[in-house]
Amino acid sequence: MSATIDFIIDDKEIQGRPGQTILEAAQQNGIYIPRLCYREGLVPHGSCRICTVLVNGRPQSACTQPIAPGMIVENDTEKMNGLRRNIIDMLFVEGNHFCMFCEKSGNCELQALAYRLGITAPKYPYMFPKRDVDATHPDIFIDRNRCILCGRCVRASRDVDGKHIFEFVGRGPHKRVEVNAEANLADTDISMTDEAVEACPVGALLKKRVGYAVPIGQRLYDHKPIGSDIESGVAPASSR
Amino acid sequence: MAKPKIATTSLAGCFGCHMSLLDIDDRILKLIELVDFDKSPIDDIKEFTGRCTVGLIEGGCANEENVKVLQDFRRHCDILISVGDCAINGGIPALRNTIPIKECLEEAYLNGPTVHNPSGKIPGDPEIPLMLDRVYPCHEVVKIDYHLPGCPPPADTIWEALVALLSDKPIELPYELVKYD
Amino acid sequence: MSENLGAAVKEICRAHGHDRTRLMDIVRAVQEQFGCVSGEAMELIAKAVSVHRVEVDSVVSFYAFLSDRPKGKVVIRVCDDIINRMHGADRVAQAFADELGIEVGQTTPDGTITLEYTPCIGMCDQAPAALVNDVVVTDLHRTTARQIVQELRRHLDPRRLVRKLGDGNNAHELVQAMVVNNIRKPGPVIFSPVNRGEAIKKALAMSPVEVIRAVKTSRLRGRGGAGFPTGMKWEFTRGAPGTKRCVICNADEGEPGTFKDRVILTERPDRVFAGMTIAGYAIGADEGILYLRGEYAYLRAFLEDVLQKRRDENLLGNKICGKEDFNFDIRIQMGAGAYICGEETALISSCEGLRGDPKNRPPFPAQKGYLEHPTVVNNVETLGCVTKILEDGPATFNEYGSEGSSGTKLLSISGDCRSPGVFEVPFGITLNEVLRLAGAGDAYAVQVGGPSGQMVSRDEFGRSICYDDLATGGSLMVFGLDRNVLEIADAFLDFFIEESCGYCTPCRVGNVLLKERLGKILAGKGEPSDLKYLQELGETVKLMSRCGLGQTSANPILTTLKNFRSVYDALVKEATDGLQPSFDIHAAMSESEKITGRKSVHFLA
Ligand SMILES: Cc1cc2nc3c(=O)[nH]c(=O)nc-3n(C[C@H](O)[C@H](O)[C@H](O)COP(=O)(O)O)c2cc1C
Ligand code: SF4
Ligand code: SF4
Ligand code: FES
Repeated sequence: MSATIDFIIDDKEIQGRPGQTILEAAQQNGIYIPRLCYREGLVPHGSCRICTVLVNGRPQSACTQPIAPGMIVENDTEKMNGLRRNIIDMLFVEGNHFCMFCEKSGNCELQALAYRLGITAPKYPYMFPKRDVDATHPDIFIDRNRCILCGRCVRASRDVDGKHIFEFVGRGPHKRVEVNAEANLADTDISMTDEAVEACPVGALLKKRVGYAVPIGQRLYDHKPIGSDIESGVAPASSR
Repeated sequence: MAKPKIATTSLAGCFGCHMSLLDIDDRILKLIELVDFDKSPIDDIKEFTGRCTVGLIEGGCANEENVKVLQDFRRHCDILISVGDCAINGGIPALRNTIPIKECLEEAYLNGPTVHNPSGKIPGDPEIPLMLDRVYPCHEVVKIDYHLPGCPPPADTIWEALVALLSDKPIELPYELVKYD
Repeated sequence: MSENLGAAVKEICRAHGHDRTRLMDIVRAVQEQFGCVSGEAMELIAKAVSVHRVEVDSVVSFYAFLSDRPKGKVVIRVCDDIINRMHGADRVAQAFADELGIEVGQTTPDGTITLEYTPCIGMCDQAPAALVNDVVVTDLHRTTARQIVQELRRHLDPRRLVRKLGDGNNAHELVQAMVVNNIRKPGPVIFSPVNRGEAIKKALAMSPVEVIRAVKTSRLRGRGGAGFPTGMKWEFTRGAPGTKRCVICNADEGEPGTFKDRVILTERPDRVFAGMTIAGYAIGADEGILYLRGEYAYLRAFLEDVLQKRRDENLLGNKICGKEDFNFDIRIQMGAGAYICGEETALISSCEGLRGDPKNRPPFPAQKGYLEHPTVVNNVETLGCVTKILEDGPATFNEYGSEGSSGTKLLSISGDCRSPGVFEVPFGITLNEVLRLAGAGDAYAVQVGGPSGQMVSRDEFGRSICYDDLATGGSLMVFGLDRNVLEIADAFLDFFIEESCGYCTPCRVGNVLLKERLGKILAGKGEPSDLKYLQELGETVKLMSRCGLGQTSANPILTTLKNFRSVYDALVKEATDGLQPSFDIHAAMSESEKITGRKSVHFLA
C-alpha cells in the first residue's frame, strides 16, 4: 500500500494517508470541513450531514468517507455552504434554542457554525416542540430543548466511559436521547468526569454551577469563526 | 430633499433593543442628521405621520395589539428590520410556546404565587389585548426584509446596518457583529 | 403478573440463547405474550442478554408494532396508504371507531381492542384492508367493519374472522387467509412452475464461480429498486475477506403500492428459497435469512413449513444434495413495522437485534454486512429470477426484456384501474401498454415506483418500464382525473415523516418542513416564492440525506413540481400587502377569545 494518497479539494492538491477520512485528511492540510456530530476520538456518526462534500460530483459525508486516489472533492463552495446553511437552519427550528440564556452560548458549535455561515435568521418556521429538561442529577443536567441528536454523548459514554448511559429512542421526528434508567439522569452512574458530558456540542448536556464562567468576549467563538484554528494551522490534527 | 424617516417599536420585547440603539452614543447626533424619527417611543410619536424608509421592530407578536402595530409598520415602511432575538424567534416570551394558553393565563391571573385576584376570573377587559395562542416571530406575521440577531444586538450592529441602508449599500456585518446573545 | 413476566422473559431469552443479536425475536415474543414490552420487561431482558436497559428501549421504541405501553389483546390496524384512502379507508376506520366507541389510536376501556392506522400493508389490490393482529382482512366497508367488531367482542379471535379463503396457497391450511393473489398476467420467469431441486442441482454441478458467471451473463439486475447487477454483487461478496458469509432475502416490501413479493412468497416460495440457496453456494455462505415484514406474519407458518420440507429433501441443511462442504440453512427474521428496514443496511441492523437505523457506508454489506460478515442482500423477485436462470440457462432469460434490462418485471398495479393486481411483463413495455392491461386507459397520473419514485403525467405514458427509463421496484399507483396530485404528495410526505429513522438531520427535519409548506399551498395561502422554497428544500433533503429514504422522500414534491407545475401555479398567488398569508390572526386568538369571553377589538371577525 502506498504511503500517501493524492486527491483534490477545491482545486487544491492534497496528500493524505491510507485509512483517513476526507475530513481528517483535509484537516491535516489546514482545510476545515464544517462538522457537528463528528468529534475527534469518537467513531464517526454521519448523522448531522453538515460535513457533506461532493466527491466526484456525488454527495458524501466527509467524516465517514475514506479518501481515495484522484478523488475530486468540493467543499468550500457556494452550493455546499448553502446546503449546510439549510441544515443548520433545520436544527435551529427543530429544537428550542434560546441562545440569550444558554450557558453554552459563545462556546456552542451549532451557534458557531451559524455565525461562520452568516446566518441571521433561519428561513424555516420554528416548530417550538415540547421537550423535557432532566435536572434530577446533582451535578449534571440534560435540556432536550437544545439537543440536536448528534449522538456524541451516546458514543462517548459507550465507547470512552464504558457506561452506555445514553441511547436514542423513538424514530423519525419522535427520536430523542434517553438515559439508561427507568426515568432520570439521577438514577444513572454518570459522573462529572465523564467524557460524555464534555462531548455535547451544544447546551443540552451540561455541568451545573459552572455556566457563564467565561465572560463575553473571551469565549471560544466570540472573535474568530469556528474552524479558524484548523485553517491557520494551529490545530493541525485536532479540533473540537 | 426631505430626510428619510425611521420608525421604531417594541412589541413583545423588553426595550433592551431600544437601549442598544441608544447605545450608539454620540453617533445618535449623526443619526439625527441623517434621518427624522417618525412613530417611535424615542420621540413619543404615537401614530405614523407619513411613509418611512426604515422600520425597526423589537419583540415578537404575543398579542393582538402587537400584530396590529406590526401590520401598521409593514404598511408604512419600505424596509422592515427585525431587531433582536425576540423579533426573530420570539425570544424569552416564546418560552410559553410549549404551554397551552389556558395554563399561561391561569398561572398569571389565578394560580401564580403572587396573584391577588378576588374576582377569581381571567380578565376580559378590552384594555388588555388578547393573547395569541403562542408568540410569533415577526417574519411569520408580515414580510421582514432584514434580521439583526442578538439579545440585544450590539449598538454597532444596529448602527452599521442603518448606515448601510441609508446609503443604499448592502448590509455586510463583520463576524463579531452577528451574535445571538 | 410480575412473577409471570419474570419467568416468561427468562424462558424467552433462554430459548434465544441469551443472544443479544436476537433481540428482535425476544422483544417480539414478549410483546406477543404480554401485549407490550414494559419498562419492567426491558429491565429483565437487558439483564438476561447482557445489554443496557436503554438499548432495549431503543429497539422497542423504533418499531411500530412494538410498544412499551399495553395495547388491547386484539389490535386492529387499518391501512391508511393513499390507495386505501381512495377506497374509503377513512370511512372504514371511522366505522371501527364508532362501533368500538373509541377514536383511532385508542384502546377500548376494557383493554381488549386497540384501533390504529398503519402504512401500506401490501394489500392495495384489495383495499381497504386492515390487520387484525396477524390476520389480514380485505375489501372492507363500513358494514364489515361493524361486523368485525361485533364478532371480536364475542370471541377476540381474529382467525375466526376469515370466512372465505383466498385463491391458491392463501387457502393452504397453514395460511388460511382471505387474501387473493390477483395474478392478472403470469409470465415466463417468476410464475412458471417450479421443479423443486432442479435449479440447485444444476448450480451444484457447476463451480461457484461458474454460477456467478451465469448470473452475470443473464444480466440480471436487482428487482428491489436500486437495480444493482446481481452477479457483480455476488462476486464482490465472494471476494471479500471473511470466514463466514450470509445471504439475506429482502421481503420487507414496504414501498406503498407494492405487493408482488407477497404473491411470490405465497405461490412460489420454493423459487425464492432455491435462489437463496444458489446465492449461498455462489458466495460461500452457510447462513440465509428471510427478512419478512411484520405485516406478512400470516405467511410465516407456511414459509417455515416450506423450509422444513426443503430440509427434509436435503435442499437445505448439511451437504445439500450430497455436495460435500456445502451446508446452508435459512431462518426467518420477522420485522415489526418499519419501512426503513427495507433499506439493506437498516435491514441488517434489524437482523442484528438493533434499531433499524441504516449503517454508514463504506463498508458495504458485500464487505461487512450481517454481524460484519460479507453479505448479499437481494430482493425476493431477484432471487426468484436466479432460480429461473439456473433452470433454463442465462441465454433464455436474456431473450425476455429489453436491451439494458433483461428478463421480466413484476408490477403491482393498484388505484383507479379495473384490474388491480400483479402483472409479470417483459422489461421495455410502455406505461400505456401496462395501463391498458390493468384497465386504466383513462388514467390521469401514475406514481411509478411508489412514493419514493415519480409522479408521471399523461404526456409521458409512452415511456417504458426498464432500468434506463422508468425504473421501478414494481409499484404502480394509478390516479384518475378527479384526483389531486398535491393531496397525494401530501399523503406521501406523511408516510416519509413517520417512517424516517430520524438518524440524519435533512430527512428527520426536512420532510416535516416540506409538508408544512405544501400544506400552506393546499390551504390556498401559498405564494410563488413558496414553490422556489419547496424546490430548494426538496433538493437539500435529496442531496444531504444519508440513505435512500431521505434521498427520495422529497420526490413527491420534486416530481410534481416538475410534471404538474400547473397544479401548483393555479394555487399560489403573490401577496402584495406585505402580510404573510399563512398567518391567521383569528385562529391565533380563538382560544383567548374563548377563555376571556370577549372578542378582539382590533380584528373583527
Ligand atoms: C427506504 C428503502 C426501502 C427499501 N425497501 C426495500 C424493500 O422493501 N424490498 C427490497 O427488496 N428492497 C428495498 N430497498 C432496496 C434495498 O436497499 C436493496 O437495494 C435491495 O434489497 C437489494 O436487492 P436487489 O439488488 O435484489 O434489488 C429499499 C431501499 C430503501 C432506501
Ligand atoms: S445531548 Fe448533546 S451530545 Fe447528546 S445527542 Fe443531544 S446534542 Fe448530541
Ligand atoms: S435519510 Fe432518513 S431514513 Fe435515511 S438515515 Fe437519514 S433519517 Fe434515517
Ligand atoms: S460531521 Fe459528518 S455527518 Fe456530522
